[in-house]
Amino acid sequence: MSRQSNRATDSKKMNSELFTLTYGALVTQLCKDYENDEEVNKQLDKMGYNIGVRLIEDFLARSSVGRCHDFRETADVIAKVAFKMYLGVTPSVTNWSPAGDEFSLILESNPLVDFVELPDNHSNLVYSSLLCGVLRGALEMVQMAVDVRFAQDTLRGDSVTEIRMKFIKRIEENLPAGDE
Amino acid sequence: MEVRFTRGKSAILERSLTRPKTEVSVSAFALLFSEMVQYCQSRVYSVSELQARLADMGQGVGASLLDVLVMREKNGKRETKVLNILLFIKVNVWKALFGKEADKLEQAILTHSGFPAKVTVHWHKGTTLMIKFDEAVIARDKSLDGR
Repeated sequence: MSRQSNRATDSKKMNSELFTLTYGALVTQLCKDYENDEEVNKQLDKMGYNIGVRLIEDFLARSSVGRCHDFRETADVIAKVAFKMYLGVTPSVTNWSPAGDEFSLILESNPLVDFVELPDNHSNLVYSSLLCGVLRGALEMVQMAVDVRFAQDTLRGDSVTEIRMKFIKRIEENLPAGDE
Repeated sequence: MEVRFTRGKSAILERSLTRPKTEVSVSAFALLFSEMVQYCQSRVYSVSELQARLADMGQGVGASLLDVLVMREKNGKRETKVLNILLFIKVNVWKALFGKEADKLEQAILTHSGFPAKVTVHWHKGTTLMIKFDEAVIARDKSLDGR
């Protein structure tokens, strides 16, 4: 059954409510398990990284995008194709640094945080840390090391959500040790 | 802090309850869910504990969902009969969830509607959900019908 329906599940969409609620349940569970917000942030980032590593394959299989030639192209693909495909929103790419190695993704709406607000005792929690991990993990699988962090967050009172992405270096292909 | 209290809270509470327009891809959800399962798996040592942890996470989801759905579909009237709540789950909840595997969600919805029940998942031909109601519920139902 799962072989045949590969095509059909290509563009299967679902309502974002369950997604939002599930993510909320995850963050709540993590907050209970770890005492401080920094730990939760790190944990979310790690989980995001694991997701990103697998998401990139799904992404490359479903979109017909080829190799990006430079960081600008990467930024466009992330914003216009990937975000649209997975989260149904299209962020805008702005604030390029003069060297062309850093840019911002501005999200007016973030499906992860619908109807969410941070209580006062968790003011250090970066609720959408998962997204940072996903972006980092996915790009690492295509040989790009990047640093991703949140510059602005609607949950902390800012008007938009801004994710800052910085290109660090190209990762060299490492052959597995046993291949010699 | 006073200002933040009123400004933050009322903004959220005043948003409309209609279905959000954004659609999320199924694979995004699948990836998130599998990551959650893995996380739980790394912290427990047995299958039943794993299921219990997932069920806990589902509790919160089910509770929130119940409120939203009841508000939207039925203008605030909640079900009191067993058959009706099952129908409600079957039609509305499944529609909202798009047929996702969610025994824990069902349990939470049932419990929060005042029907304490045990939901288990059986993999027979596909996934069937067995809902076992507590004795009290059956008795109550009988007495309601009698009236």
